[in-house]
Amino acid sequence: MKKEKTNPQVLDEQQQFLEFDVDFDTESSNDIDIEAPVTTSTVAEAEVAKRRAFSSAQPQQKTHMGQRAKNRISNTFIYIILVAMSIIWLLPFVGIVFESFRTESTGLAGYIIPKQWGFDNYVRLFTQTSFPKWFGNTLMMGLVTAVVQTMFILAVSYALSRHRFKGRKFLMNMMLVFGMFPGFLTLILLYTWLNDGHLTMDNAPYGLMLIYVASSGMGYYIAKGFFDTISHSLDEAARVDGATNFQIFYKIILPLSKPIIIYTVLMGFMAPWGDFVMATFMANNAEAGYNAAAGLQWLLTDSMKNEYYTTFCAGGVVVAVPITVLFMCLQKYYVAGVTGGAVKG
Amino acid sequence: MNEEKLEKNSSPRRGLSDLDYLKLNKWQRFWYKVGRFFVGIPGWFVRLFKKIGNAFKRFGLWIAEQCKDIFNTFKNGSWKTRVSFFFMGFGNFAAGQVLRGLMFALMQWGFVFYMIFSGAHWLGKFGTLGTVEAGTAEVLDPVTGELITTWIEGDNSFKILLYGLMTIFFILALVYTWRLNVKQCRIIDEINANGKKVHTNKEDLRSLIDDQFHKTLLSLPIFGIVMFTILPIIFMILVAFTNYDFGHDGYSNLFTWVGLENFNSMLTFGSGLSVAFGEILAWTLIWAFFATFSNYFLGMFVAMMINKKGIKIKKVWRTILVMTIAIPQFISLLYVSNLFADNGIVNATLQNWGFIDLLHRWGWLDANMSYIPFWSNGTFAKVMVLLINIWVGIPYLMLITTGILMNIPEDLYESSRIDGANAFQQFTKITLPYMLFVTGPYLLTSFVGNINNFNVIYLLTQGGPRNPAWGDAGGYIAGDTTILITWLFGITTGSEANYKMASVIGILIFIVVSVLSLIVFSVMPSTKREDDFS
Repeated sequence: MKKEKTNPQVLDEQQQFLEFDVDFDTESSNDIDIEAPVTTSTVAEAEVAKRRAFSSAQPQQKTHMGQRAKNRISNTFIYIILVAMSIIWLLPFVGIVFESFRTESTGLAGYIIPKQWGFDNYVRLFTQTSFPKWFGNTLMMGLVTAVVQTMFILAVSYALSRHRFKGRKFLMNMMLVFGMFPGFLTLILLYTWLNDGHLTMDNAPYGLMLIYVASSGMGYYIAKGFFDTISHSLDEAARVDGATNFQIFYKIILPLSKPIIIYTVLMGFMAPWGDFVMATFMANNAEAGYNAAAGLQWLLTDSMKNEYYTTFCAGGVVVAVPITVLFMCLQKYYVAGVTGGAVKG
Repeated sequence: MNEEKLEKNSSPRRGLSDLDYLKLNKWQRFWYKVGRFFVGIPGWFVRLFKKIGNAFKRFGLWIAEQCKDIFNTFKNGSWKTRVSFFFMGFGNFAAGQVLRGLMFALMQWGFVFYMIFSGAHWLGKFGTLGTVEAGTAEVLDPVTGELITTWIEGDNSFKILLYGLMTIFFILALVYTWRLNVKQCRIIDEINANGKKVHTNKEDLRSLIDDQFHKTLLSLPIFGIVMFTILPIIFMILVAFTNYDFGHDGYSNLFTWVGLENFNSMLTFGSGLSVAFGEILAWTLIWAFFATFSNYFLGMFVAMMINKKGIKIKKVWRTILVMTIAIPQFISLLYVSNLFADNGIVNATLQNWGFIDLLHRWGWLDANMSYIPFWSNGTFAKVMVLLINIWVGIPYLMLITTGILMNIPEDLYESSRIDGANAFQQFTKITLPYMLFVTGPYLLTSFVGNINNFNVIYLLTQGGPRNPAWGDAGGYIAGDTTILITWLFGITTGSEANYKMASVIGILIFIVVSVLSLIVFSVMPSTKREDDFS
């Protein structure tokens, strides 16, 4: 706003619209805005006329042409950057795929394109390692976590968004404060705990599911932000019709919340695929309890790397392809969730 | 609230009158604001302490009020109410609320049995964390009267600490329930006095899906959070005040309370550990700062490039970038880490192209090194980690900012173009202020997220290259790219696990994060408008 006032050109435009007012207002406007140019009405009018003449005298065609040429140069520049970026961003993935088909050696190699192509690595992945087991573990964890976690998150976020009860602020502050502690702190206790219930080592996937699901209520922010945006008048209308709170939640709010439900399910499903810290720790060297991430990462430990590097690449491809396809299909919902969360904070 | 707002609005200019302020040029205004910001800091602390003091005062008053209410209830209540003081739920039973009465009674008797059979045992040893070490000992056999050698099941400090803490939780829960029980009896008394009817069991059940629906929704998730987040975190906070580590594992070697000793050794100036801590903290903050802002600006820049009019196949560019989000980080980052390994593809390619020889000739690389030490040189590793983090972060920021950038009214740009603003001016005067305003809270969360950005650091360098100057840094040889969170992880999971120091680091991370958040939240007024949407 300040800028508009101080800039003579904008002032001119205003004067064009308020031609008559300007004549009387110039003096008083000087009092308010110390930086406004001191102009009498006649000077202002002359100025306006001059500028008008100037802009119309300029051959319109020419400026457009100049503009267009400039645009073309900058666009070409942008295309070059974008193409370069695409190469940089895709290179690692192309590399993984290529190396997964390399059959002449199994360790690190100084080149991307294999000298001999073949499916050996995939065969090794499924026969010589426990990858099928790891994959199954992760899939099970993903499905269960997605369903239960979504229920938990929706319950917490709905209650915090729609109900005003005693202790609500306290609850939210509590979750905020405890959310600031690094989660790894609890690893050692949770391990001991779950170990007592035989939910570690070979049974680690079950223990992990418990961990993922149990604390999932802490991640209510994005869903709550979504519920906050649904108009309260809907609830009130239903309430007048005699609906209980449960009915309002189940029959009115949930059907409207498809985007956020899909987002939560997607996040819940994807989390176990990327988690190698908890998974490695809870499995505690029991191979059968690994998830895909922990298992594949294990293939890259120093003693295994030379023999299993290309197998790791093959495993990466097998894990990444379905996840990526799923993600790309539901991309719209992911973007909505992330943007909503970012803007709302 | 209103007063506070007014104060906030006027505070940066309190030193100068509005007119004087307007006369300043841009830079003077900027420095003036910065100055006022620092001048305002003592004020914050005063307000903070006042707030804390008030909270204590209110808490004390609240306790007093509760006690008075309890006393009055006993004095004025019916005999049923008085019995309820000792047998919880009696009043509810008497009024026909069997369900509520049953819950209270169960709670009380469950607690009593728990305390008798296990709680008292743990709580009794909580002060020392156990004194009996496991091992063989000579005991008098009660039957034969001879000395025999037997194995004695010793104490377990870990369990004493854990179950002692749980017992305290239970006691607090019981006190709360007891208070609830007393209150309900009073309410029943009042209802009876007014000749109204108390809620029946059926009504109680129905209210759980209606006006008490939030309790139904919240009970299970909150229970999970308490058991799997809050209790473990409090447990680990307590561990910071003990000497729990691999040498004192709790059953073969008991551990015990040591007060603030761990904090001392971490923060005492000059000790090996504190040097490591200082440098790791500094790098953590530098890392978080650069990681956040480089991603923010570059991501915005990329979004603007793709958004620009006349750029075709926008969707393709976006999809290529978004793909990197979909692929689990442990795959992409582990691969990239190997890409830049000493014998990885990048080094081999540079060698083939003769680039390495060129560096040798220029004397920029040690003659006996045939590769660029991307991960084995501290400075290189730090730069690489930041660069690869940009690779990871740009797609997220591109996604987030694209939509917001499109929301900026087009006529702002239009009018600025007429004013003769160039693209750079448009960016600094229109785009940036708007973006900072809208995504301010996000910047904070992403800064905090980067302080705890485990994946990028751990998968790329595992915290290396090792820095021998720091000694054993608490049982884990920390490295140049180690940030606090990876240090914590290394200490917890290493072969010489040092749990006490891990807890100390965890608490320090919490302090850093919470102080940062407090500052930012107090500066930004826009984050508190929860109900604005509805």
